[in-house]
Amino acid sequence: MSHAHKKDEILSHDLPATPLDPKTQAIRDAKIQVAMIGFCGCWGCTLSFLDMDEGLLELLEKVNITRSSMTDTKRIPGRMALGFIEGGIANSENIEVLEEYRENCDVLISVGACAVWGGVPAMRNVVPLEECFREAYIDSPTAVPSAKKVIPFHEDLPIITTTVKPLHEVVKIDYFIPGCPPDGGAILKVLDDLVNGRGFDLPSSMNRYD
Amino acid sequence: MNDEIQTILSNYHSDRTRLMDMLWDVQLQQGYISDEAVSSLAKDLKISNDDVRETLTFYHFFHDKPFGKHKVYLCDTTIAKMSGYDEVRDALSNEIGTAFNSVDETSTFGLGDANCIGLSDQEPAMMVDNVVFTKLTPNKVKDIISDLKSGKTAENIANPKNINSKELAYVENMVDANIKTESQVLFKANRDYKSILQTCLDKHIPEEVIEEITLANLRGRGGAGFPTGMKWKFGREAEGAEKYIICNADEGEPGTFKDRVLLSHSPKDVLLGMIAAAYAVGSRHGIIYLRAEYWYLKDFLQQQIQDFRDEGLLGKNILGSKLEFDIRIQMGAGAYVCGDETALIESCEGKRGTPRVKPPYPINQGYLGMPTSVNNVETLAAASYIIEKGGDWYEEMGTDDSTGTRLLSVSGDCENPGIYEIEWGTTLNEVLEMIGAKDAKAVQISGPAGDTLSVKLDGEREFCYSDLSCNGSLMVFNQSRDLLNVVRDFEKFFVEESCGICVPCRAGGVDLLHKMERFIDGRGCQQDIEEITTWSKLLKGTSRCGLGTAAPNPILATLEKFPEIYQEKLVEQKGPLLPSFDMDDALSAHELAYKKLTQEEA
Amino acid sequence: MSIKVTIDGKEVSARDGDNIIDVAAENGVYIPSLCYVKGKPCLGTCRTCSVKVNGNVMAACTIPVAEGMEIEVNEPEVTDMRKALVELLFSEGNHNCPSCEKSGRCELQATGYEVDMMVSRFPYRFTPRVVDHSSKTIFLQRDRCIFCQRCVDMIRDEKTGEKIFSIKGRGTHARIEIDTDLANEMSPQQVREASDLCPVGCIIDSTQGYDDPIGKRKFEVKTIRDRALERTHR
Repeated sequence: MSHAHKKDEILSHDLPATPLDPKTQAIRDAKIQVAMIGFCGCWGCTLSFLDMDEGLLELLEKVNITRSSMTDTKRIPGRMALGFIEGGIANSENIEVLEEYRENCDVLISVGACAVWGGVPAMRNVVPLEECFREAYIDSPTAVPSAKKVIPFHEDLPIITTTVKPLHEVVKIDYFIPGCPPDGGAILKVLDDLVNGRGFDLPSSMNRYD
Repeated sequence: MNDEIQTILSNYHSDRTRLMDMLWDVQLQQGYISDEAVSSLAKDLKISNDDVRETLTFYHFFHDKPFGKHKVYLCDTTIAKMSGYDEVRDALSNEIGTAFNSVDETSTFGLGDANCIGLSDQEPAMMVDNVVFTKLTPNKVKDIISDLKSGKTAENIANPKNINSKELAYVENMVDANIKTESQVLFKANRDYKSILQTCLDKHIPEEVIEEITLANLRGRGGAGFPTGMKWKFGREAEGAEKYIICNADEGEPGTFKDRVLLSHSPKDVLLGMIAAAYAVGSRHGIIYLRAEYWYLKDFLQQQIQDFRDEGLLGKNILGSKLEFDIRIQMGAGAYVCGDETALIESCEGKRGTPRVKPPYPINQGYLGMPTSVNNVETLAAASYIIEKGGDWYEEMGTDDSTGTRLLSVSGDCENPGIYEIEWGTTLNEVLEMIGAKDAKAVQISGPAGDTLSVKLDGEREFCYSDLSCNGSLMVFNQSRDLLNVVRDFEKFFVEESCGICVPCRAGGVDLLHKMERFIDGRGCQQDIEEITTWSKLLKGTSRCGLGTAAPNPILATLEKFPEIYQEKLVEQKGPLLPSFDMDDALSAHELAYKKLTQEEA
Repeated sequence: MSIKVTIDGKEVSARDGDNIIDVAAENGVYIPSLCYVKGKPCLGTCRTCSVKVNGNVMAACTIPVAEGMEIEVNEPEVTDMRKALVELLFSEGNHNCPSCEKSGRCELQATGYEVDMMVSRFPYRFTPRVVDHSSKTIFLQRDRCIFCQRCVDMIRDEKTGEKIFSIKGRGTHARIEIDTDLANEMSPQQVREASDLCPVGCIIDSTQGYDDPIGKRKFEVKTIRDRALERTHR
């Protein structure tokens, strides 16, 4: 499932960019490459990532964050050691991007309830999609009364999935950090272990589902 | 309405343990069991409405909402599907004018599925208002439904000559016995039950009866093979104000029907076996737990019991001795799990058929908390011959660990399906020869809960407890059959029949079924094989009763014996998406919903 | 009478007839369970206390110890089976911890942590289940029910002794029911008892929710393991 790009379309990541000075680039290239992304979720896990506080500084000594919600990189620039993903799979674009992450990352980590099992967005899974659309676009209490009721469906828009899926039901996922969101400390523990060549080990005292 | 229920209640002396019978009577009189009926029963029995509903909603054949004047259940086993089931199913649905699991517009018919109804040698078969019709064809279905629409009852149609339901002819008119072998032990004609019992009572004290059974090395024919003599000995030694003998005639294992034929053609063998058990254990009360699918045997069996009472073989002072024993029939209502002895006991007490936690075992604390010996129909029938001819005589037949004979209910791809009595020790190939199975690829023994045999690999194996320990069900599949579909059907059966009380069986069974569907859809990969194997072991290890522990058997057995049927269907992952991920399904709902809602708005 | 059994290779003494969960706890070995309540009749429904007894997998709550019994708790295969059963429950029901009143007090959640569950290995099912709001005292959030049967067996109407909770249907169609009239007669104490007895957030006291702040909740103050070992967790 890939959106065909029109011939005259220019994608932002194809635009010319000013290159970094070679020294900075060399330092970045020597680090462990990490890409991050948020699918259907609230970006709370990314905020938790920032919640690592000074732990983040230490981590950044070792890792280089490429594509993420905090950078302006639109595509994964090369082979990544780690992919850090929050949010569940709720539309066709999510699937496409998840495929890109799986193809370009050595290790993928599912972070947070939405990525791990669907989370809050998956509460729609017990309601047929038709009913969700009806509530959102037809019978919505906030709809403008005189406006035409429109269900979004267009080739330029992603297709909404039948249900919200956890990442590991779409592609292989290597590790999971549950939580809504996980604590910054839990994220740090996992990332620190992995970048230092230790295995995944989230102790039960740091594990939480809410 | 209330008067009817009051009468029913007083017929059973407002005894809560007879709730199953009361629910049957209410449904037979009123068509279904209404909220009002539930309240009336609960009030009189001094239990809550939900207590009544717990039992009512557990059983397939009880209905708490109207399910038509005529209740039609078509048997949908894998064997039925090999015998023209699809055409019959379509015909039923068309003639009645409603889909399966629904009631037609006029509320005349409720149409549903049933798991094995014990007629695998004469499928397709259906139950209509507790009467059965076998060897169905679309034309036959058309006639039956048209007759029902014209006002005839199912009973009229099945029994046009109006034969008395207490007579064997009534049963024979409805179903074929298909006994294919000469008698070796069972099915002896013209037995003098009175003199056999008289001799036994005169000659033996109870301990000696147990000794004969032990000497005979008779083992439980339900499948587990527990030594019957030991069970009776434990029963004799167990302490209890009362003791009970229960005959397990809840023959629910798909593919088996030998107990039906024993009960129709040698009912008094079974009754005599029960009397012997009662004498041995020291019991005054017997229960035959008869599955609802065998409703047409009920009056006939009741008459057999009455004959024995009239002849002094049941009741007080049996044949002038101090022995007192009588038997009642307990009807089931559609629940395979009740074949488990503790679930069966719960059901006899008018409750949900949930297997109990063991220990304690029924032989110490069973029916109403009292020592209870639950024995299979065939075990009891065999016991009746052992008390007549002696343990030595019986022990000489068969093999070292499996004495005597075994009845096989044969169905599927063979020339002569029916009942076969084989001596233990007979090989699979010999049986296949006997039944005319020329092109057999696989044989399922002991039903879905049993084992899948490869004719190529297992042909020379022997039927005996230490090798092919068979509970009597034998289904043959020829080279043309798709075994993956068979396994899927078996897993679906376990999901439908799980009582739901324990996690692995209730929840895990569904995942096993989904995995099988994944293989059949061509979405399974090597990892699915590994997962289904581990999950199977989980169910086997942790389930509460035999249903859950047996549920993975069809998968594990076919993985071992026919790995190629899985390998042929496996796919390799191409690209990052998992083979199990169904893109079409994931993206299909949006457009459909868009079109529907846009149309509504326009 | 005192007898000897071994737990994970270590010989311990035990009272004949006590069940394996209790004997193990007394000897500092935690066995998870979601249906067993100490001092109450064993229900044997959740099977998450499965251990190996003389090599065979058995539910520890259902088995009385006997002389010479060899019990394996922290053996890899059966440890993974316990974990799998907990995961099975998470995928069977709809366990949305972030939006659950019972979070932090939930035995299923706390047990998930003890068995190191990060995700369920089974596909998440998202089966729709209907909430029952009919009673004034309790609402029944069926998404979270694990059919442990504690409420069915242990909560009775104080006047009549009748069942307040029951199970309707069987297998995958089974669902927990509440007798609205009897539930409305329940005292606040009994409502609290029922809601505390429920190992998940299915039986919810309609007057209670989110009482304790995050960090101060029941199993955060003391883990389910520590409570089980202290035998004070009820």
